[in-house]
Amino acid sequence: MENKKFEEVKTQIEMDKGKINDLKELNDLKVKYLGKKGFITELNQEIKNIPNEEKKAFGQQVQELRTLFNDFYDEKKKELETIILNEQLEKEAIDITLPAVKITTGSPNILEKLIEEVEEVFMSMGYDVVDGPEIEYDKYNFEMLNIPKGHPARDAQDTFYLEGEEILLRSQTSPVQVRTMLKGNGEIPIRMICPGKTYRRDDDDATHSHQFLQIEGLLVDKDISLSDLKGTIDIIMKRLFGNEVESRFRPSYYQFTEPSVEVDISCFNCGGKGCSICKRTGWITVAGAGIVHPNVLKMSGYDPEKWSGFAFGFGTERLAMLKYDINDLRVFYNTDLREVKTFDRKEKEEND
Amino acid sequence: MISLEWVKEYIDISDQDLKELAVKITKAGINIEKVITNHIDHLVIGEVIECIDHPDSDHMHVCQVRTGENEVHQIVCGAPNIKEGLKVIVALPGAVLPGDFEIKKSKLRGVESNGMICALYELGLEEKNDDTYAKGIEELKNDAVVGSDPLVYLGLESTLYELDIHKHRNNDCYYHIGFAYEIGAILNRRVKLPALDFTEEDDSIENYFHLKVETEKCPYYLAKMVTEVEIKESPDFIKRRLLAAGMRPINNVVDISNYVMLEFGQPLHFFDKDKLGNEILVRDAKDGEEVVTLDGKKRTLKKSDIVITNGETPVCIAGVMGGEETEVTESTKNILIEAAIFDAVSIRYTASNLDLRSEASLRYGKGLSYEYTEMALKRACHLLEKYANAKIKSSVISHDRVDKTPKIVEFEKEAVNRILGITINEEDMKVELERLEFAYEQKGDKFVVTIPSRRLDIDPNVNDIAEEIGRLYGYHNLVSTIPKVPIRQGKYVGDVKYRKMISKRLRTLGLNEVKTYTLISKEMAKIFNYHDVANAVLPNPMSSDKSIVRTSLIPSLLNVYDYNKKRKVKDICIYEIAKTYDKEYNETSLITGLVSGNYVNSDWRKPVKYDFYVVKGMVENLLDFMGFKNRYSFETSDVGDLHPGVSADILLDRKRIGIIGRVHPSVHKDEIYVFELSLNALMSKIKPLKYKEAPKYPEIEKDMAFILDKDITVGEVMTTIKKAGGRLLDRVTVFDVYTGENVESDKKSVAFNLVFMDPNRTLTDEEVMEVFNHIIEKVLNTFQAKLRDQ
Repeated sequence: MENKKFEEVKTQIEMDKGKINDLKELNDLKVKYLGKKGFITELNQEIKNIPNEEKKAFGQQVQELRTLFNDFYDEKKKELETIILNEQLEKEAIDITLPAVKITTGSPNILEKLIEEVEEVFMSMGYDVVDGPEIEYDKYNFEMLNIPKGHPARDAQDTFYLEGEEILLRSQTSPVQVRTMLKGNGEIPIRMICPGKTYRRDDDDATHSHQFLQIEGLLVDKDISLSDLKGTIDIIMKRLFGNEVESRFRPSYYQFTEPSVEVDISCFNCGGKGCSICKRTGWITVAGAGIVHPNVLKMSGYDPEKWSGFAFGFGTERLAMLKYDINDLRVFYNTDLREVKTFDRKEKEEND
Repeated sequence: MISLEWVKEYIDISDQDLKELAVKITKAGINIEKVITNHIDHLVIGEVIECIDHPDSDHMHVCQVRTGENEVHQIVCGAPNIKEGLKVIVALPGAVLPGDFEIKKSKLRGVESNGMICALYELGLEEKNDDTYAKGIEELKNDAVVGSDPLVYLGLESTLYELDIHKHRNNDCYYHIGFAYEIGAILNRRVKLPALDFTEEDDSIENYFHLKVETEKCPYYLAKMVTEVEIKESPDFIKRRLLAAGMRPINNVVDISNYVMLEFGQPLHFFDKDKLGNEILVRDAKDGEEVVTLDGKKRTLKKSDIVITNGETPVCIAGVMGGEETEVTESTKNILIEAAIFDAVSIRYTASNLDLRSEASLRYGKGLSYEYTEMALKRACHLLEKYANAKIKSSVISHDRVDKTPKIVEFEKEAVNRILGITINEEDMKVELERLEFAYEQKGDKFVVTIPSRRLDIDPNVNDIAEEIGRLYGYHNLVSTIPKVPIRQGKYVGDVKYRKMISKRLRTLGLNEVKTYTLISKEMAKIFNYHDVANAVLPNPMSSDKSIVRTSLIPSLLNVYDYNKKRKVKDICIYEIAKTYDKEYNETSLITGLVSGNYVNSDWRKPVKYDFYVVKGMVENLLDFMGFKNRYSFETSDVGDLHPGVSADILLDRKRIGIIGRVHPSVHKDEIYVFELSLNALMSKIKPLKYKEAPKYPEIEKDMAFILDKDITVGEVMTTIKKAGGRLLDRVTVFDVYTGENVESDKKSVAFNLVFMDPNRTLTDEEVMEVFNHIIEKVLNTFQAKLRDQ
């Protein structure tokens, strides 16, 4: 009799399997078999009427039915849930070609980007980055740089004076070097660069600006030579314009250095063959430099018999114009954001 | 401008390619910007070996022209004076004549023509006018060599060097003998000085003139007198050379004065002796003293100027310009020649004060060598005797206080090598000194060098010698070495460090960096002068829009805003960090931001607009980043150029460090938000950064909402809540601010979310409720508020 019942339930389950269309029906089916009054539950209650020696076998058969149903239930549930999830995913699908929300970060000013690159190179060589006042004393801007009042070298730097001939807008960042040397007290070796704003009475046009940025550097130590300066300049120029760039020195004249040189680099654009960037000469002038004049060392408290050093100065605008092929200096100060925004990215490096 | 044809007078450069020489000179230190030459390629001397009438023209001829051993060209020529046997100037195909006129093979009325026979005006050597046109083609003399360069043959070839006058080392580039010395050093050749000899009469100048110098600023004054000069046109070579150097020939006497100046760099002044009288007094000018200069203008002088007087009144502004009264004219017969040295600085000041920069003042301003003063004087006499038939009185009147002590440098060979970083041996060093014509002797290891007085630019120290030797030895011989100094890592020092750090943060927050001008206009300085300080004003600005040193960057950023808006840039978010100065030159570095438009943008979704709270969030983010969490606050501001209802002072440790707000509509009608912070104020001490464990015990959240008077700020209420909440209240946030329906018009509803937490234990509901109720009571009492929904 019992066997027959088992078979009936089994057949019933097989028949019901095919009728299930959703989770609700599946759960109802679970109640039908395993609920308080479910077929299997009820069948199980029969056990109390079964002789003891048959109870074990009976129990096993009930368990088989349960397993049969539960296996079906788990499988079906998974199947139905997958269908539901897939429907949901389909509904949630978006048009990924629609434009993004703009995640913006700010760009550095083009000049600042270049300055940061130069700073990085020099800091790695042990140079501090120092700043100083933009309103300066004539003493620091000129006199202590070996340019006394009335000296012709002052002509080339037509200066904005604020008070008599004593207080001015600095016409070069060199006073920062003087101030650094004074702090060094004639005892401490110096390695520093000072990128900063400078001012001269120039009318603003494509290649001139009454306000511009210099990057000057100074090294004071023992036995420093012009060849050391050349090596140092080589490093920074290769970094800025590529490893194939060569530099050369030409004699020049500055009051605060002796010997003084002008630095040319081989044209990174044409490799020296001659193009519009290098004005067909194959070379581009990028800096003024030299061995610190003994008078300048002396005035700042360094004994020229013991100490020597070199100084160099770059025009930031010029370097940036060369590096990024910009032909109007005013670009840096007008700030058209459409142009500037493109500078919010890394440089291409040798191995990129 | 240096004429090489002129320089040839003093140094042999006949074997030099002048373009290559220019490169050598530039490499050695004098920058030659441009080599200007009238040389024309494919221009040769030819001989007309056959000349027949053109079959199809009434005036043209078909010529066979020989230009070399086996070179004959058929050229059609229209000039009336063409004939067989003539030596002519031929421009062959490829020649480019002045006016960019390139000669090409062509056909003239059907007859092939392979070049052009030229007139001088066609080569730019003569003016084109009726006379020269009528003259036709140039007929060369029979000694002209076929195939050679006709310009060389005619002595008309000229090469000029245009120098970069800002970068040369001294005044060498201003005179041809100085330039010849430079070439001499480069080529290792000797300079030959021009003739200085002349015949003197028995009669001495001292019978005519008395000289007195009463100023320190005239260390050297020499004068000679010449009589019976014949004023006429200068000889060709003088005219040609003056023109080449950029000076207009006038007459022989005036031209000689200029010629000598361009030879020796020493300006001379010629007085008409008869108009001058018999006394020369050099003295400082008197304030307000007047003199009419050669250009006919009346000049008012200052005490700092130097004048030449006739004993009474000024007749010349020394070193700058002569006076009209004693000017040499066509009728001048007798001349006093002045050759002097004046204080360079003084001359520069005078020239600049009077805005009178003459060829003379330029040279005086650079300083002069006393050796050349005397030579120039003699040279002028030589030339006046030769080309103006002048009679020269004997003797010189002079005043001489020049320090003639020679500049001597003593140095070890190694000292030069140490400076250059290379090894130049003793023999090479000697060679370099000899090239420079620097006299030297050797004392053991040392060189003792006497610097010639013409080299005013060289100071007696070893660096100067190293430069001279180095530049001639060649900087291409330098090696690239790295300074032998200890390894260290460089760092950003002082405020630079803060500037860099803050700059990076602001970029991360989406602001773009700009750089603007420190000097601004009066109008710009009128707005945002909220620091209440006086501006530093330039006494002599270049233009009114750059006349004031700014104390706020906001006006400049507003300009950048307008510039971009005009270019249709919609979302503008910028910052600048820069130094500002007040009238006392106190320096403040400011961090300034300006935003307008959208903060978060999407082409098709609703954007997030910039408003006060976005900017406030940026400022808070920056301040938190700087380590100032819980130390700052925002308080109502009274900065006049900000919207009175949308602005705040930013306080750090209860001190104002900046401002934030919307730009007042009367300043700019657009919706623009700005902030400005003092960087110096942010350079203050902060606590070390430490790890803080996230709370382990559960937090209990409670909400409360109040109906408040509209003018009570949420900030005040939050302060009260925090105070009343004590230790257990971890944080408060505002989650709703509401005005409108169901709230009286002068009230607002504000809802807060409070989070209670104890880092060491789990809180009980009872103790939280106790604090919660206490807070409510405090708020109700303090602000006469009502609880919402009660």
